[in-house]
Amino acid sequence: MSSPRDVVITGIGLVSSLGEGPDAHWQKLSQPGLQPVLEAARFAPYTIHPLPEIDWNLQIAKRGDQRQMETWQRLGTYAAGLALDDAGIKGNDDLCATMDMVVAAGGGERDEAVDAAILAASESRNDRDVLLNEKLTTELRPTLFLAQLSNLLAGNISIVHKVTGSSRTFMGEEGAGVSAVETAAARIRSGQSTHILVGGAFQTEHSDMLLGYELAGYLHRGPWKPVWQRQGAEGGGVVSGSGGAFLVLEQREHAVSRGRKIYAELGPVVSSRARRSRGELDTEIAALLSRAALPDGKLLAMSGASGAHAATASEKAAFEAHPAVAARGFATLTGHMKEAQFPFAVALAALAVDRKAAYPVFDATAEKPFEGIPASVLATAIGYHQFEGMALVNAA
Amino acid sequence: MAKLRDHMGRPIVAVTGIGVVTSLGVGKADNWAALTSGKSGIHPITRFPVDHLNTRISGMVDFLASSSKGASPLTYELAETAAREAVAESGLDSGDFGGPLFLASPPVELDWHERFALYNSDKDDAGAERLLRVARGLKELDVFETTQFGSIADRLADRFGTRGLPITLSTACASGATAIQLGVEAIRRGECDRALSIGADGSATAEALIRFSLLSALSTHNDNPEKASKPFSKDRDGFVLAEGSGALVLESLEAALARGAAVLGILSGCGEKADDFHRTRSKPDGSPAIAAVRAALADAGLSEDEIDYVNAHGTSTPENDKMEHLSLSTVFGERIGSMPISSNKSMIGHTLSAAGAIEAAFSLMTMRESVIPPTINYDNPDPAIVLDVVPNKKRDAQVRTVLSNSFGFGGQNTCLVMAREPV
Repeated sequence: MSSPRDVVITGIGLVSSLGEGPDAHWQKLSQPGLQPVLEAARFAPYTIHPLPEIDWNLQIAKRGDQRQMETWQRLGTYAAGLALDDAGIKGNDDLCATMDMVVAAGGGERDEAVDAAILAASESRNDRDVLLNEKLTTELRPTLFLAQLSNLLAGNISIVHKVTGSSRTFMGEEGAGVSAVETAAARIRSGQSTHILVGGAFQTEHSDMLLGYELAGYLHRGPWKPVWQRQGAEGGGVVSGSGGAFLVLEQREHAVSRGRKIYAELGPVVSSRARRSRGELDTEIAALLSRAALPDGKLLAMSGASGAHAATASEKAAFEAHPAVAARGFATLTGHMKEAQFPFAVALAALAVDRKAAYPVFDATAEKPFEGIPASVLATAIGYHQFEGMALVNAA
Repeated sequence: MAKLRDHMGRPIVAVTGIGVVTSLGVGKADNWAALTSGKSGIHPITRFPVDHLNTRISGMVDFLASSSKGASPLTYELAETAAREAVAESGLDSGDFGGPLFLASPPVELDWHERFALYNSDKDDAGAERLLRVARGLKELDVFETTQFGSIADRLADRFGTRGLPITLSTACASGATAIQLGVEAIRRGECDRALSIGADGSATAEALIRFSLLSALSTHNDNPEKASKPFSKDRDGFVLAEGSGALVLESLEAALARGAAVLGILSGCGEKADDFHRTRSKPDGSPAIAAVRAALADAGLSEDEIDYVNAHGTSTPENDKMEHLSLSTVFGERIGSMPISSNKSMIGHTLSAAGAIEAAFSLMTMRESVIPPTINYDNPDPAIVLDVVPNKKRDAQVRTVLSNSFGFGGQNTCLVMAREPV
């Protein structure tokens, strides 16, 4: 039964190596046997899924604004703009000024050339702290700091798109994306908010973004494989991708009263923090599946599985214990997008519900077909290192 | 029987535990004694060499075990120390807190000392390629965890037994207030009876200092550090970078009374409004800050006349103090000249991600102790800013309600309204 305070999805903004926008993603992902877009040379021995060609001007009109950001913030601001456009909110001053925002963010790009020069000089200097002061005071671009700050993705969205109701930035890898969606939904259900922009972006084409995984050996090396098939291969199983996903979540009554298309209803959003060193991940995933109020019968699941060996094995085992679930590991085709992973999963789930069709298998060896119309689709993000979440997306 | 619901029918949110660490010391007692005697915690930087730096002073916390170990370990220790004090005061189980955790903390990056150590542990190839190769050979997770944005909260969740997925957030200089707001909202929605909200910032590294310096945000009054932070003064020339932490145990009034806890104050309203003007400057008409203050008042169900004291954002930058004056004058009208407004930052500096939480803690103590901490270094008033800043000396006063302002880089503004008693 629908209720006026249901949370519905009225805008989707997506960017990945596959292209931009919900239509482009649907068209690509619904093609059986789609091959991923890969870049294996630039960061060898790591393979990544690179950004597509993007004309930033389409969503960030002022060159001055573009110059104040590096790629990560541009990407997020761009994807947010796509979602606002899609929901018919962009350019509507009243709706933007009352719109809340929760962004899931990591950090922006450091200046690789400055860092490399400092590291190179450190080989022949013992006064490294002085070296640091010397180089950083003279070589850092002043505004680069702003391009690195986590909360400045949200800041740029306010400046470029005029979303100013409120602005919060959550940090913490996939978990930040989960909490962002969960908190936004809770605010709408309780009447604290009528429409919220929520999402994140990840720009993997920078050595520090790879280092963030590789300090614990999480990245997959050697020939590319689908996300479910990386156990035992060289490296840690994660193949990262650049991308962004923003959603416009809206109170059903609010969306209906302004006559907007509703993609889907966002059902329960659940999250957890398994103490993985104590072996709690399997039981936490099982608990999340039960809290997500899965419907009877077969169920399509858009899995954000990263490929990280332990976490992905646990998620795979949990699905195998639910024979009705047909999972799609979309990171096979997009790569792992960290903070954006969960919003991306929710967006793909909403698209399938809206188009009344399931995605074909992304990996014929590990995934099983789904026939019929998916009335509900599960979205998951089991963090490569910590934190887990799921959401059930239902027909509008 | 006490009233348990607010003017909008939501559960009233009480504070039952407070913890704080600043450059003035560890714990409420030491901090309050220093703060009310007008003592400054600003001192020369000794943590790293200051060669080539324009600013050589700060309000760093130099007396903890992790003070020289990098931003992530220090931020954790600051958060843990403040939270330990707050949870102990609340009387709740310090290893099984049983409510969610909201942590305001700075964005993390691989520390330069780690970067140097990794790089120089090998000789082959160069730059990022070498770092990545060394990284994947590491056998321990310590360095990795300092680079994960969720790790500090994950450790705190283990330490205090908080429930569920902890939220780590950043709204720049408003972060600490946002952490409290998230806790208040979770209790009001009925998701929990209690929440632990912490703001902690131990990120005063050389690089952080240089970055703020390059934006011309910092005071360069190096010769007399205690005098450098001078909010609302004519010769204010920037903020003083500082570290610290504040923690609050928030609880529904109903749950607090039911278990016989001492109620230290009420979190009665939260308001926010984002600015779309510029990345580091606020809209010249002050409208976002004005809207944030008004939203907090409306959320608390109070009129302008019912606020007794303002705990100012008061950073001591030319821009902030001017804009804050403009927005407060707009909201409070003629009354603004006669209502007390002081800045804790005159003594502790700007603790960035922690500021909103620390200043909420001090606001609650102001009401409990009936003493308003002063704005020190107010020797040369800015004639364009006519305010009663409680200059230089504490003031005894009955304070029933406080407005605490937090305005962040990137346009994130959050205001809190607190009350001594449930109204």
